Amino acid sequence: MIKTDVVIIGAGPVGLFVVQQLGLIGLKAEVVDNLDKIGGQCIELYPDKPIYDIPAVPECTGKTLTENLLEQIKPFKTNFHLNERVQEISKEQKNWKVSTSGKKTFLTPNIIIAAGVGSFEPRKFSIKEAEKFENNGVFYSIKDKTYFKNKKICIFGGGDSALDWAIELSKIASEVTLVHRRDEFRGAEHSAKVARELEKEGKLKIKTPFQIKSIEGDNKITGITINTEEGKIEKISLDCVLGFFGLIMKLGPIAEWGLNLEKKTIPVNTENFQTNKEGIFAIGDICNYPGKLKLILSGFHEGALAARACFKLARPNEKYRFEFTTTSKTLHERLGVKKSN
Amino acid sequence: MAKITYIEHNGKHHTLDVASELTVMEGAIQNNIPGIDADCGGACACATCHVYVDEKWFKKLPKIESAEEDMLDMAYEPNKYSRLGCQITVTDDLDGLVVKMPSKQG
Repeated sequence: MIKTDVVIIGAGPVGLFVVQQLGLIGLKAEVVDNLDKIGGQCIELYPDKPIYDIPAVPECTGKTLTENLLEQIKPFKTNFHLNERVQEISKEQKNWKVSTSGKKTFLTPNIIIAAGVGSFEPRKFSIKEAEKFENNGVFYSIKDKTYFKNKKICIFGGGDSALDWAIELSKIASEVTLVHRRDEFRGAEHSAKVARELEKEGKLKIKTPFQIKSIEGDNKITGITINTEEGKIEKISLDCVLGFFGLIMKLGPIAEWGLNLEKKTIPVNTENFQTNKEGIFAIGDICNYPGKLKLILSGFHEGALAARACFKLARPNEKYRFEFTTTSKTLHERLGVKKSN
Repeated sequence: MAKITYIEHNGKHHTLDVASELTVMEGAIQNNIPGIDADCGGACACATCHVYVDEKWFKKLPKIESAEEDMLDMAYEPNKYSRLGCQITVTDDLDGLVVKMPSKQG
């Protein structure tokens, strides 16, 4: 059990900045995120797209913004729990007990939900049978590639993951077919070229513009049917199907915690961004109040106020003092700033 | 301004006036039309404002750009009339546009 002042759900820009705001007032935070990397939507959806409305930063990419925020929170030596989704929360006297999919538990008086539109999950095949065979022949990620040795497999998708895995698995699988809904691949040009060369050498089959129509098999997958929009149908016998359609955001377990919800957002008050539960705050894109703007800069403000409210619950016997980073010795110590004179 | 008809997957029609310069996605979100999620808020980055444009209208729309086509790879059950609502800007010329929503956005 990890005891902390605040558990932050979401390592996007708003979750990162609130670490800094908490750190300045002397609170320790632990950050949990379902992605395998820090940065949230900024890193997953638009790492290279420029952002023009971060105050005092005329232009920066999602990647740079994330790197700068990480630099800014360095003094607070924060623990990140990546690849983990917060599953359950329960009240334990004055604290919240928070458990993750990675079997970690936290005990904390405060939870800050900075989860954007929810956690990133793989997009799945639309056909029903895919669900039945998930992790038993149908996969959306690869943990151990040796599993596919000498197997007949089919990979769906047109991006880098689909191309890279088709190339990689063609070395060890007995047969690899790459299926994509159109003739062009959006992945790296070089990878697409390599895939076409492997096709010529007979090491990889490429089927476009096909989509999945059905999966055949009772307890085990035996084959699939693919079709084109024009009605051309083909059958492939195989052992495994892999889908790489990118990620989608799902609200997930947050919906089960007894919080008021409005569509996929959490209503908060604008004084401290607390939800309908004491000690649970929501900031950034996931919170909702009259006039809410889904801008990163709004999330920063929301985090600054929520952090002060966390102080009251984490340090009930201490008085919070408002201080400026320009002049406060305490803040300089927390930031690790050396005195100039 | 254009009258746009949004048809939910269950067949329910919603016809409404959408101001020029808004996108087809924004027209749906601002009027609480179900079936369009728009998770990323209109950055052509999530494919959750996926619509099937009525065949007659599809050719009249400005040509699809590669960034949108790339995102459509991730959309739920795309077909040759698929577009992202956030990439269709409403103009007077689109008066009468009809779009259908997929069974879900992902």
